[in-house]
Amino acid sequence: MTKKTIKVDYLARVEGEGGLYIKMKDDAVVDVKLKIFEPPRFFEGLLRGRDFKEAPDITARICGICPVAYQMSAVHAMENALGVSVDGPLRELRRLLYCGEWIESHTLHIYMLHAPDFLGYQSAIHMAKDHKGIVERGLKLKKAGNQIVSLLGGREIHPVNVRVGGFYKVFNKQEFEPLIESLKWAREAALETVRWAAQFPFPEFEQDYEFVALHHPEEYPFNEGRIVSNRGLDIDCSEYEDHFQETHVEHSNALHSGLKERGAYFVGPMARYSLNFDQLSPIAQEAALEAGLQKECRNPFKSIIIRSIEVLYACDEALRILQSYEKPERPYIEVEPAEGIGFSCTEAPRGILYHHYRLDEQGKILDAKIVPPTSQNQKTIEDDLWKFVPKHIHLSQEDLTWQCEQAIRNYDPCISCATHFLKLDIEHS
Amino acid sequence: MNTPDSTSLIIGVGNLYRSDDAVGILIARKLQDRVSDHVSIKEQSGEGTSLMDSWQEIDRVYIFDAVSSGGSPGRIHRMDASREPIPAKFFSCSTHDFGVAEAIEMARTLGQLPRQLQLYGIEGKNFRPGEVLSAEVGQAMEQVVDEIMELVSPF
Repeated sequence: MTKKTIKVDYLARVEGEGGLYIKMKDDAVVDVKLKIFEPPRFFEGLLRGRDFKEAPDITARICGICPVAYQMSAVHAMENALGVSVDGPLRELRRLLYCGEWIESHTLHIYMLHAPDFLGYQSAIHMAKDHKGIVERGLKLKKAGNQIVSLLGGREIHPVNVRVGGFYKVFNKQEFEPLIESLKWAREAALETVRWAAQFPFPEFEQDYEFVALHHPEEYPFNEGRIVSNRGLDIDCSEYEDHFQETHVEHSNALHSGLKERGAYFVGPMARYSLNFDQLSPIAQEAALEAGLQKECRNPFKSIIIRSIEVLYACDEALRILQSYEKPERPYIEVEPAEGIGFSCTEAPRGILYHHYRLDEQGKILDAKIVPPTSQNQKTIEDDLWKFVPKHIHLSQEDLTWQCEQAIRNYDPCISCATHFLKLDIEHS
Repeated sequence: MNTPDSTSLIIGVGNLYRSDDAVGILIARKLQDRVSDHVSIKEQSGEGTSLMDSWQEIDRVYIFDAVSSGGSPGRIHRMDASREPIPAKFFSCSTHDFGVAEAIEMARTLGQLPRQLQLYGIEGKNFRPGEVLSAEVGQAMEQVVDEIMELVSPF
């Protein structure tokens, strides 16, 4: 009998942070424990007693990579609680801001974290030595997203221009013109990215997931839609807690999300794509089919192609919004405080981000609940590892550990939400 | 080390809600109130590619960041990144993240490093959610601020 243990600790010195533990006996996996994400309980506590208007800026601090997602879920939940609907050009600007964040976040993952796996490099720095031009293209493409977030969000890191009801400041059409030129280049670069990623070697690993994403009949989802799945789920955001539950997992401080009736589910680009292919713009649909994808994709290793398609879509959608943009008459709709309960889900780069608030009559926050996408995917990542490891059991400990990291990386887990540096220890026994 | 001047940029890196991880940003904010207007100050989350953008076309860059390299809390690591690579213990040690050390080495590979790049890493103790610095890290923060002010004082 041979025993093999794979242990990957992130933030080894920091209690409560993530790690991966896999135990094998002979050629069978006997245990998989993943603790990769700490739920934002500290922020839920921090929000209690604060004014409803403070939620977008406080929750934006949860993540350095996807602050816009937190802001968007916060404003929509507050508007839901207070009976306000934001539409017309202000709604378009919110989609534009989200385009910027998707471009930034996805491009970072594609070029700096995921592509080196497929090309056999230890890191993007090693890859850059042989593929300087490609890495420079990735950096410039990401910058096109940064430019949107910096201008419309007010600043690049933790944008400050978003408020309940709209924005603090809106811009003239002329002020957006530099973005149009940069996005035209970015759209071409995104198309090249799809073609580049499509050529990578992908392991055979089709899985039978329950995909969960927002769905809107007329648009690829960012801010609005019903929560749907490929197994018949079709609910309003206000019904989220009737169908999903978080369970405390003994090996982790984190909570595992599951569908009450069916357990693990999958959120993020591959779920979004598979449930919303018909809502992609023609250029994104054509690029997907040219890349050899079907309308549904079940191989998480191919998520790098899907992210590339979503970057292409985000560039195309941002251009559509900018080219038809007319400055709104007012930067925001006035929102009065009142007692209420509000829910929202928006599509963060990594999948649905749920916010739920309860307000008193002065608009003070009594309770807050936030469920980020990475915590929703944890159980699915564990399930992937249970199936993935036996197929690669012949590899050396080092190679198998690297492959397991790749399998986790398919989900672009937002460890950056926790803190900006990470540690990893590997123990062999 | 050369003195910060009109082509200098100070970057504070960190997360304000992660206890000692905030120290880089807090140093930048303290310097904001005290240095000459000719020195630019930026705050960054530590995402590497944004960091690379922030120093483009800048001659001299000073980065302040919390680190967790196994040293004693409050220890100040001073690194001249323009002259030598960042030691491996300051990397994320995981390609799940592209942080400060990765950004510096990527910039070196692509020929995008500033002429001078000084990294101050302050060894943290507690990175759990919270808004209070450990005492050792707080003392180190004051020491770093005084050190930088001595460099800036001729202005």
